[in-house]
Amino acid sequence: MSDATAAGASGIAKTIKVDALARVEGEGALYVRIKDGAVKDIKFRIFEPPRFFEALLRGRMFSDAPDITARICGICPVAYIMGASHAMEDALGVMPSPAIGDLRRLLYCGEWIESHVLHAAMLHAPDFLGLDDALQLAKSNRAVVEKALALKKLGNDILEVIGGRAVHPVNTRVGGFYKAPAPAAVAALADRLRWGADAAQDLALLFGGFDFPDYEYDYTCVSLRHPDVYAIEAGRLVSNRGLDIALAEFFDHFGELHVAHSNALHGVMTDGSGPYLVGPIARYNNNYAQLSERARDVAKQAGLGPVCNNPYRSIVVRMVETLYACEEALRLAEAYEPPAPPAADVVPGPGKGYGCTEAPRGICFHHYVLDAEGRIVTATIVPPTAQNQPQIERDLLGVVEANMGMADDDLKWRCEQTIRNYDPCISCATHFLDLRVERD
Amino acid sequence: MVAVRKPKLAVWKFSSCDGCQLSLLDCEDELLAVADAVEIAYFLEATRAQVKGPYDVSLVEGSVTTPEDIRRIRKIRKQSKVLITIGACATAGGIQALRNFNRVYDFITAVYAEPDYIETLATSTPIQDHVPVDFELRGCPINKYQLLEVVNALLNGRRPVVPAHSQCVECKAHGTVCVMVSQGTPCLGPVTQAGCGNLCPSVNRACYGCFGPKEMPNTASLAGWFGDHGLGPPHVRDFFRSFNAGAEPFRRESEAHE
Repeated sequence: MSDATAAGASGIAKTIKVDALARVEGEGALYVRIKDGAVKDIKFRIFEPPRFFEALLRGRMFSDAPDITARICGICPVAYIMGASHAMEDALGVMPSPAIGDLRRLLYCGEWIESHVLHAAMLHAPDFLGLDDALQLAKSNRAVVEKALALKKLGNDILEVIGGRAVHPVNTRVGGFYKAPAPAAVAALADRLRWGADAAQDLALLFGGFDFPDYEYDYTCVSLRHPDVYAIEAGRLVSNRGLDIALAEFFDHFGELHVAHSNALHGVMTDGSGPYLVGPIARYNNNYAQLSERARDVAKQAGLGPVCNNPYRSIVVRMVETLYACEEALRLAEAYEPPAPPAADVVPGPGKGYGCTEAPRGICFHHYVLDAEGRIVTATIVPPTAQNQPQIERDLLGVVEANMGMADDDLKWRCEQTIRNYDPCISCATHFLDLRVERD
Repeated sequence: MVAVRKPKLAVWKFSSCDGCQLSLLDCEDELLAVADAVEIAYFLEATRAQVKGPYDVSLVEGSVTTPEDIRRIRKIRKQSKVLITIGACATAGGIQALRNFNRVYDFITAVYAEPDYIETLATSTPIQDHVPVDFELRGCPINKYQLLEVVNALLNGRRPVVPAHSQCVECKAHGTVCVMVSQGTPCLGPVTQAGCGNLCPSVNRACYGCFGPKEMPNTASLAGWFGDHGLGPPHVRDFFRSFNAGAEPFRRESEAHE
């Protein structure tokens, strides 16, 4: 459902539109209008219908929030489960044991592996090869697709072993877990994770050899940072411009803007400094030194420096992070001892709390206020794609300006590819995509 | 020998989290075989390629929440020989059907600063409220093995083997200790359709009904037991009012505890 029209032989004025963007999770569209060789308008629309999570959480018990918010996104439910759980624990003064924290990080590694491989290999890689999808890739190189599928399955299997189910896990709760997984089941992951690290390395090096479009942007990178490890499930909020704040200070620095063309609220920095970037490149640029030696070495071999400002190379960063997630999951699986008890005691009551984790697509922020009974008075959720939306529009502007002479169909594909750099989860941002470029 | 045309499969999305169509991509061991057996004619989450209808089989995820959705599902129905709904959103309205119990404008103003920018219906409704559906596959999310069974059955011209009995039967078959009897934990298993793979009770958790009501569920009796286990009316209401809140037996029972 896309079309491109060129008005006038010179092609000076035209519109490019993609009405329903493929290989993203959810629904969105892009509209670009070009006149006299200049971009007059760019709108990256999210038309995934709103589902009103923040409203429907009101009046529900605190304990319902992780499972309900998980349904915001079927690709990264753990991000929502964990963010909501942390926020509730913050509100109710609950401190889960370090063993529970380790098991949560292991679960989250599963989600990073599953989501990153789905996006990088199945959804994004075909763009660099001029293919419609991974099934076409399977016809020319079945072994690569089979390796990617096996790696994705490993991520899902971690989710099943720890969480009980890959999509919308059932074994998680505020305070920790319903049941500690059996040591034998966790131990059985170890050999597969050693294979997984090798497979992720192979894919990182393969993708590193792609022909990347020449585009860079000096991004404001926002991510979590943890003192001891590459941040996944916990940390302070930092940027490469000197921001370093506790989660409770989030709303002093970040806001959401409601614009007419999108059902996703746009994330903005309250200092007016313009768009900011969350996700793999932001994490990589902010926390590079905390990656494992092997991950940094593979990144270098795959063509990455310590800072990456070419958004198309996010596909390589995702595989470097997948490698790291396999190594980290292996470390945690080998050290696993069942937490006893599997969950900290939680006493319902009033409070307000904050939670933020690194979803595969970037920081996912939760804030709740609870009444005396422990029911939700207000819920605020700031998902990663909503925060990236202004930066996506800024990248599109730069890409269209730099490629004005490109044929419409090629430009349209390049724009789609640019959006897919962000692995946009449109389901979660609604509160995504259809591409139109208009030249008149 | 005459070449046999591959059946055309389409996957459609309405209001949802994408988790059910993701279940198809999560069939890692079977995906390439499925792609060999059918022509994937429309599956926006996985491919740019789009083949025009009519389609032999349409899988529909998500619920109807906008005026445009109604127009679109009618068009899809016309183009589809067989239409199967997948997941709690498509079969019961999903978690977003909680809006059906409130005034939708209050929901819009709670989330969005500029309510006039939002076009939405007052309710989130299942697909069968708008067009005839040939088979409903339950779950939040669906079970991928049940999905493969349904696709396989259709390709071979037989009825899918998807049990309609309760979660309790599954616990007994697996030898899982009853959480309600042994721990006194209120559980929706007696009124919930089996199919998830016996997940929650296996981790000492009560079933929370994500596969929706079984055939002829006695929800009133179970709600009485919940009361005996010390669950107050608001908790009984909320227990029935989650991912399948819009399914008739669960809706009725939740409203009995307002």
